[in-house]
Amino acid sequence: MTRPPVEFRDVAAGRALQARLERAMSRATRPITLMHVCGSHEQAIARYGLRSRFPGNLQIQMGPGCPVCVTDAPEIDACVALAQCGVRVLTYGDMLRVPGSALSLDDARAAGARVELIYAATQCVEIARATTEPIVFFATGFETTAVATASVLLSDPPANLFVLSAHKWVPAAMEVVASSPDTKIEGYLAAGHAATITGYGIFESFVAKHGKPVVVAGFEPLDILSGLVLLVKQVLEGKAAVVNAFARCVSRDGNVRAQDALFRVFRHTDGDWRGIAHVARGDLRLRDEFAAHDATLRFADELATATPPALRANLAECRCGAIMTGLQSPTDCPLFGKQCRPEAPVGACMVSTEGACRIWHDHGAAAAGISR
Amino acid sequence: MCLGVPGQIVEITGNTALVDFWGVRRKVALDIVDEEVTVGDHVLVHVGFAIRRITPEDLAETLAFFEAMTSADLEGLAPDARTLGTGKVEGAP
Repeated sequence: MTRPPVEFRDVAAGRALQARLERAMSRATRPITLMHVCGSHEQAIARYGLRSRFPGNLQIQMGPGCPVCVTDAPEIDACVALAQCGVRVLTYGDMLRVPGSALSLDDARAAGARVELIYAATQCVEIARATTEPIVFFATGFETTAVATASVLLSDPPANLFVLSAHKWVPAAMEVVASSPDTKIEGYLAAGHAATITGYGIFESFVAKHGKPVVVAGFEPLDILSGLVLLVKQVLEGKAAVVNAFARCVSRDGNVRAQDALFRVFRHTDGDWRGIAHVARGDLRLRDEFAAHDATLRFADELATATPPALRANLAECRCGAIMTGLQSPTDCPLFGKQCRPEAPVGACMVSTEGACRIWHDHGAAAAGISR
Repeated sequence: MCLGVPGQIVEITGNTALVDFWGVRRKVALDIVDEEVTVGDHVLVHVGFAIRRITPEDLAETLAFFEAMTSADLEGLAPDARTLGTGKVEGAP
């Protein structure tokens, strides 16, 4: 692609969709709260200034859509422990500064641990091939990055490459949010790229069970506004269906070849997500066939003998959990923009550029006092 | 990390493509892309892997979808995206 898709950012079309949203919400007899489940949706909403133009009675919450944020402190602690043992660790850039119970990988690196950043899963193969020492790939992210890890493990990787999987399955967290008795969410804007892998058909049982509509949307401003219009229409009309508003990437069945790779390598396990607690079938862990590349087996002794870290101060006040389940917004947190800042994060949502707190902070919510 | 970026294939060697992302070129693995791709195709890329071929028809249909979303009379209708001029937006009630 030689230029950005400017047609998908057309101002006149955006204004027309915004007016349509405004007209629809003017007929609403109550405020409506919707949730999107992707950090990239929040980034686009912030970057294109959409939030300040949403109708006053329409609240858009960010859900558990940031894989960096939901990676739990004990998962970070395990990787920090390996790095502190002298093991060479590779991970994606946004994991570096995520706080564990006591330290981040960046803290460990500052103290001399070997932690290196990669931007493509294939790099860990190149790096492992160039050495004989063990290499640990701290593999994080949702379906979209898990398929890349799976593909690496299916391509006859070098024997000295070990995967520490913190991969997560995002539909499992939507289930937790929808099942929460406190939830006000009346519809979900599902992440288009995750659905590129899974297909939109995966949401049909969710809609049938919870009676709430799901619209799969892309990440350009017109994608998001179109998705919201289609969601609000369903809510106002009392309908609940899966609608695919991202047909240039998403089909009903998704990328079957990628799903096949994913489930040949990974199995679902129950897991703890940061701030959300227990998520049934929310984690993706290596199947027994890949035990030879499983870092939790290769370094079982190191992980078992690691000293449990002391907890950091401030953690009790952190609202990441309520923010990721859509119960609160970043500006509801007493630490937001004060003790918790991008350069000194308390919670994970302030670390990643996909985290709600970081996005709101970077786009001036603290200064502007935006409260919704 | 979970950042999907569309790009255009400029060269293919074996199972690896050189992809142009608006001026930045990176090697991309083709192991799990959903269909066969050739030079000139657009693909959606996540962490070094192409996960979807995006066809010119897909792009044209997206523009038709936006056109319909901004101009068609949606009031009082079910959100039947199939009536919005794309024929490709599926799954509506």
